[in-house]
Amino acid sequence: MTIELMFYLAGTVAVLASLKVVTGKNTIHALLYLVVSLLAVAVCFYLMGAPFAAGLEVIVYAGAILVLFVFAVMLFNLNHDEVLFTRQSQGLGFWAGPVALAMCLLAMLVSIIQNADIQDKLTVNLVDAKQVGILLYGPYLLAVEIASFLLLAGLIAGYHYARPEGPGSHGGRS
Amino acid sequence: MTAIPLNHVLMLACILFAIGFIGVISRKNTLFILMSLEIMLNAVGVAFIGAGSVWQQADGQIMFILILSLAAAEVAIGLALLLRMQRRYQSLDIDKLSELRG
Repeated sequence: MTIELMFYLAGTVAVLASLKVVTGKNTIHALLYLVVSLLAVAVCFYLMGAPFAAGLEVIVYAGAILVLFVFAVMLFNLNHDEVLFTRQSQGLGFWAGPVALAMCLLAMLVSIIQNADIQDKLTVNLVDAKQVGILLYGPYLLAVEIASFLLLAGLIAGYHYARPEGPGSHGGRS
Repeated sequence: MTAIPLNHVLMLACILFAIGFIGVISRKNTLFILMSLEIMLNAVGVAFIGAGSVWQQADGQIMFILILSLAAAEVAIGLALLLRMQRRYQSLDIDKLSELRG
């Protein structure tokens, strides 16, 4: 199994999972498929010779942002919408799809780890984290600072909007 | 030279972007719109990483990191706004947000 074939397979997994996200009815199931899609894209990054970006994708996207989504869904109290528009599936069928796609990705990962030939090929066009770090804190330093301001603005705006409206909160009805 | 041709990487990015765009314009649930936005940002990241790996430059990964921080901030603010919307309208239907209609 060559690198190209693995890339096409991971891309197909990503496209299928994204389609299931877009067409899904149940929020939690769509979030499951979104995790699988992000993991498939991470495998694509790894095969393209960017293991640092793949790790960031798994940690930040699939780890942090998706957890944020899950917490928000818990806060939304969605039972009104969900009961109205979704048939309640109680069986094990609903997680068979994401598990199958994720198993596909796992099989690719295992075959990469086992196959020393593919690993040699992957190290040929590697752009490792050292080059990224040198560029980040050299020519792109201003962009890093602007990104940190953006994150600070996101933090403050998130706190401001998610604060409960009560008599103690100033700013009134906004 | 990489093993994966740039054409195919860009094709994958286009397909993912199109799927996300269709989701953004066709869904009514605001939460699904946010998820489709994530897919679109991800597709842009695929294009950047593919280009960076073809030319053996680290700039693609730097742009990806910036996109990542943008996505984090966007999701935080978007979900907070959705919380506010859910509290006021008891629903996530985007058609409820039509108060500005004349």
